[in-house]
Amino acid sequence: MGKNSLRRSMLYIPGNNPGMIQDANIYGADSILLDLEDSVVVSEKDAARKLVSEALREIDFSNLEITVRINPLTTEFGQKDLEVVVPSQPDALRLPKTENAKEVKEVDKLLSKIEKNNNLEIGRIEIMPMLETALGVLNAYEIATSSERVSALTIGGEDLTADLGVKRTASGEEIFTARSSIVLAATAAGVDALDTIYSKVDDIEGLIEETKFIKQLGFSGKAVIHPKQIKAVHQVFTPTEEEISESKKIIKEAEKAESEGLGVITVNGKMVDGPIIDRARKILNYSKQL
Amino acid sequence: MELKRTAIAGTLESSDIRIIVSPNQNGIEIELQSDVEKQYGDKIKEIMYEEIKKKNIENVHIEALDQGALDYAIKARIKTALDRAIQ
Repeated sequence: MGKNSLRRSMLYIPGNNPGMIQDANIYGADSILLDLEDSVVVSEKDAARKLVSEALREIDFSNLEITVRINPLTTEFGQKDLEVVVPSQPDALRLPKTENAKEVKEVDKLLSKIEKNNNLEIGRIEIMPMLETALGVLNAYEIATSSERVSALTIGGEDLTADLGVKRTASGEEIFTARSSIVLAATAAGVDALDTIYSKVDDIEGLIEETKFIKQLGFSGKAVIHPKQIKAVHQVFTPTEEEISESKKIIKEAEKAESEGLGVITVNGKMVDGPIIDRARKILNYSKQL
Repeated sequence: MELKRTAIAGTLESSDIRIIVSPNQNGIEIELQSDVEKQYGDKIKEIMYEEIKKKNIENVHIEALDQGALDYAIKARIKTALDRAIQ
C-alpha cells in the first residue's frame, strides 16, 4: 500500500490483544493501527511489541494497510519498538506527539538503518506523524515535508485539547484551527490529512456529523476506535452516484475541449476550469479503488 | 543461558496463552493445559521448544494455560516470558 491508498478509516487495535489483532481484517476498515502506545500499559510494552511483530509476520492481512503506532523516541520504549517491529515490515509507523522535522528525520534515519541491517527495501515503510500538541500543529508543514516517508499528517484530538488545557467538545471549536492548519500543511506538502477519533462509540449520528464536517475541511479519512464506526465513516467518504456521473461528464468535456484546443468549458451551464477538473479526476480515481 | 527468575507473559483472555516460566534443574519441562491439547498440544509445545533452543536455554519449567492462541501469539508470549526471566 502506498501514498495513494484509500484511507477512509483507520481502526485502532490495542497491540497486546491477540483476539483483536487477528480479527482486524474482518471489520472492513481500510487501514489498521496496531497500537503500542496509549492502549498498552508500561509493564506490557515488551509483550505488545513482540505480539505485533509476530502478528505482522504470520497473519495475512490481505489488502489492509497496517500501521503501527510506536511509543515516542523520547521514552525508553520507542527505540525498542522500532528494533522489534520494523523487521516485520508494517506498511507505516504512526509517530505520536511529533513536534518538529528533526524528530521525523531521526526516525527516518533509524528506519533506514534497521531496513538495511535486515536486507529490506530502504524507504518503503512510511511515516505518519501525529500532531497532538500546539507546537506540533504549528510545525505541521515542516513536519509534512521532513522526509520522503511521510505520507499523511494526523491529528490527535484528545492529547491536543489536553495540551490546550480545555475540554474536548462535540462541536470541536477548540481544535478547529488545528484541524484546518493540518489540512493546509498536508495539502501543500502533497500528503493525506487524517482526522482524530470520535470517542462516543454509540453515537453514530454524532460521528456522521463530525465526519461530514471534517471531510468538508479537507480530511480524507478518520481514525475509529470501534468496528461499528467504520460503515458510517465510509459512507461519508464515498462519492455518491451523482458525484461520480458528474465527474465522468466533466472529464469527458475536458478531454473533448483539449482535443479541440478550447480553454474553458462549461458543464450543465457552469464554468469548469482546472481545479474542478482535478477534483473530478480524484473522485473517479477514488471510486475506481472502491 | 540460565533463567534468573520466574516470569509470566500473556493473559487468560480468549485467543491468548498465559505462560509461566521458572528456573529448574531438570531440563525442559512443559505443562500445558489447553482445550485443543489432543489436536494441537504437540504443535504448541514444539513452538515453545524452538524458542527455548534459540535462546540456548537448557533448564526451564513451563506452565502454560491456553485459551485458543494461534501460533504467532504462542511464539510472542513464550519469547516475552523467557526474555523477562533472563534479564
